Amino acid sequence: MKFGVIQFPGSCDEVDALAAAARVGEAALLWHGDRDLRGADAIIVPGGFSYGDYLRAGAIARFAPVMESVIAFARDGGLVLGICNGFQVLCEAGLLPGALLGNANRRFTSRQVALRVERADTPFTRTCAPGARLSIPAKHACGRYYADELTLDALQARGQVVLRYAPGHNFNGSLRDIAGVCNEAGNVLGLMPHPEHAVDELVGGSADGLALFQSIARTPQAPAAGGVGAGAG
Amino acid sequence: MSASSRAAVTPTVEDAIALGLTAAEYELVCAKQGGRAPNQVELAMYSLLWSEHCAYKHSKRLLRTLPTEGEHVVMGPGENAGAVDVGGGLVCAFKVESHNHPSAVEPFQGAATGVGGILRDIFALGARPIAVLDSLRFGELSSARSRYLLDGAVSGIGHYGNSVGVPTVGGEVYFEAPYEHNCLVNAMALGLASREQLVRSAAVGVGNLVVLFGASTGRDGIGGASVLASAELGAAGGAQADRRPSVQVGDPFEEKKLLECSLALLARGLVVSLQDLGAAGLTSAASEMASKGGVGIDLDIARVPLREPGMEAFEVMVSESQERMLCVVAPGDLEDVLALCARWEVNGAAIGEVTAAGRLRVLDGDRVLADMPVSGLVDECPLYDLRPVRPRRALYAPPPATIDRDAGARETLLALLASPNIASRRELFERYDAIVQSRTVRRPEQADAAVLALPDGGALAASIDGNGRRVAADPYTGTVAAVLECVSNLACVGAEPLGTTNNLNFGNPEKGHVAWQLSESVRGLGDACRALGAPIVGGNVSLYNEGPEGPIYPTPVIGMVGRLPDARRAGQTGFPAAGCAIALVGPFAPSLAASELSKLRGDELPDGLGAIDLAAVGAAQVALREAVRAGAVASAHDIAEGGLAVALAECCAAGGVGAEVALGEDVAPGASLLQTLFGEGAGGFVVSGEEPRLGELAGAVDVRLIGAAGGEQLRIERRGELIAVALSELVAAREALGRVIA
Repeated sequence: MKFGVIQFPGSCDEVDALAAAARVGEAALLWHGDRDLRGADAIIVPGGFSYGDYLRAGAIARFAPVMESVIAFARDGGLVLGICNGFQVLCEAGLLPGALLGNANRRFTSRQVALRVERADTPFTRTCAPGARLSIPAKHACGRYYADELTLDALQARGQVVLRYAPGHNFNGSLRDIAGVCNEAGNVLGLMPHPEHAVDELVGGSADGLALFQSIARTPQAPAAGGVGAGAG
Repeated sequence: MSASSRAAVTPTVEDAIALGLTAAEYELVCAKQGGRAPNQVELAMYSLLWSEHCAYKHSKRLLRTLPTEGEHVVMGPGENAGAVDVGGGLVCAFKVESHNHPSAVEPFQGAATGVGGILRDIFALGARPIAVLDSLRFGELSSARSRYLLDGAVSGIGHYGNSVGVPTVGGEVYFEAPYEHNCLVNAMALGLASREQLVRSAAVGVGNLVVLFGASTGRDGIGGASVLASAELGAAGGAQADRRPSVQVGDPFEEKKLLECSLALLARGLVVSLQDLGAAGLTSAASEMASKGGVGIDLDIARVPLREPGMEAFEVMVSESQERMLCVVAPGDLEDVLALCARWEVNGAAIGEVTAAGRLRVLDGDRVLADMPVSGLVDECPLYDLRPVRPRRALYAPPPATIDRDAGARETLLALLASPNIASRRELFERYDAIVQSRTVRRPEQADAAVLALPDGGALAASIDGNGRRVAADPYTGTVAAVLECVSNLACVGAEPLGTTNNLNFGNPEKGHVAWQLSESVRGLGDACRALGAPIVGGNVSLYNEGPEGPIYPTPVIGMVGRLPDARRAGQTGFPAAGCAIALVGPFAPSLAASELSKLRGDELPDGLGAIDLAAVGAAQVALREAVRAGAVASAHDIAEGGLAVALAECCAAGGVGAEVALGEDVAPGASLLQTLFGEGAGGFVVSGEEPRLGELAGAVDVRLIGAAGGEQLRIERRGELIAVALSELVAAREALGRVIA
């Protein structure tokens, strides 16, 4: 499995994502100005502040040359994981439903949070047990997941809510405690917490985040067709 | 067209005085200029470089007394930052710097650009910044202005550090009335570099080009160094609002690109020397590079990328626009340098050349606008001896009492835990990304020092400390205590000090009592660092922190970096589990003098503190450090503000477990109950672990077994008196900051 990790000039967690991916496969950085994904089997859009994010987080990054290729790759069924700023970018790019608003507490907040795995049958969570609890750090100012009620109901019905904050851990005020969602086809996942910062007990507080990278590595490399089973879970 | 084409009238001595020079200094400037009056550009440049902020004219002689050499020192004072060898071919560059006056005017941008500036100091050496720590002082939180400054400064630090991708891993904050009108915002940064990758700032190679890269140059921060940083701020309100245009605005995205671009230039070997632009902008950067290299530099302001048209020549030269660097490159490398700048989307322009003349010349195309001897500008500012006078009367009014003198031990413990100087800092550090770069082994409040993993399996530890109230009570002993506090914090995680940085925050040194505070403090700093083997590799001085109501508490902020051999054995603060034995370790001699409890009681500061036995405390630190490294203890926490009872409560809160403690006659014999529980003093530690292993420590240091972890309460018994506080009550009391500033 070859991971490509996008590097915008304002990316901060790209090296961490690279190192996490390198624990389970090959990994290389992909420059924001290049359209070539260099044969990557899975793409990670990492955390940080892509182009400073002085406008809306991710609003400029969606227009990056590399994102044209990422969007095409995703439409072809390729695996794309967006973490934090990457989640914001994927929402802005229309690859994921909803939007990330300013935290309910109106502050950048950094905290170890507990997540519940709602779907253990996605390419990103297949090594997790259903309902498993993951301890993963979150750190962001704009992580409040928002979509209108109809969309939220549809996400729920189609099983696109992959990760939820455990009770008491939803500091950003995300609707329905949503921490991570996938697209309808199930090949694109975005989440606010940082699994790449929870791959080593020594510096991560836990190694629970490694499961996401292992799941991707164990996914057959031909882009998976179809979705995540409507109505299931 | 630059305004240099407009004829400027030659400034007078009155103009020089308005810019902060004395009449005598102006005469000296004229002499340096070969007997002629300096023109406007020259005078602006002299006034900045001869300001206190740049020239250290009241502190340089004192600073020369400090110990700067040691086996680990790779780069000492004088460079952009100091550096120590951390093993495995790596060095750690680190430094602390203040941004006090800008933060008092505009706390968010003042603090943010303070972080930006210290990060540039680190990567100017070729080191990748890996951590930030902050040291903050504000007035009491009962003041709306202090709450505003705190909120702004913490937000600004977080905004900048988080956006650049450098974790903020530790820090400290105190709230005391003397900081009401002069808050302190000190930021320390650490960076890592391979030893051969370090670059110096000395300009070398006549004919080499001088390249300015990063942000464009605008009118922000004009005169910051001389007018803002080297004069007393007036009373709150009007005068400070008037100075708002002088404060710089930070752009962390630009800094992030500048950082990556600088490191990429160095990795490709394209840079001969590198220097960041800080106070006094191009003026300071160019003249310091020339001075260190023993060369001259010609700069052509027509080639400086400007943010706005019509800037005066002197404005270009003194602008403090942020996120800019200056480097010297070989002419043949220019194309590659500019290509790399373009890749990272930063401006890059060759604006000058290294010359043999030993002169700093400012040109506008072919016209010479300024021509000054580099040595005169940089090295020949007059230095002043301090005239210390020990004050006969107390300098600081006692604080208002917030606790009854006859309050019981339980009530006192809860009041101390909720005191803003002691309460949990969670409300603040949660605004900081402490984990980016995946090195953070101990996050804030998990251990007494921040711990950062190194590639060889070892780790760096860092701490920043400085209790101004104790220094106000006794500048010498208080400063010794601040150094000891740093070393104790390192010892608690198992780290040995490698080097020290410091930020001396004081009032107006031209006043005898401040001069006395400063000189006594520096004497203590030198003595303690010598005794503990923690040489000073860099630092900063911030003077004139006073207003009409008097000076701040004298506040030497000590930053220290240490190393531990095994990151997996880094110590932690919290009791790990029920059943662990608890021991009091070290020469514990609690005193209420200048303690947090004495503050809550509204006591006047004492005139002097009891002497500290440096050798005994140092030996205890070494013994504890070795025990942590050997895995002989499960937790270690030094007894600091609030004394033994507060330290025990902090160990309980961090570990999420209660404790049962009985203090025998061997603990602080002769002391009263409150003195025993809440007295402060260097050298005491609360340690937990298996009882036999704690006993192993006893050969090297005093060890008194005082109890065991367990239960849902902290219970402390002494001579039949019992205090019992539920764990939940302790934790709730410690969340006081959240209640005050939410």
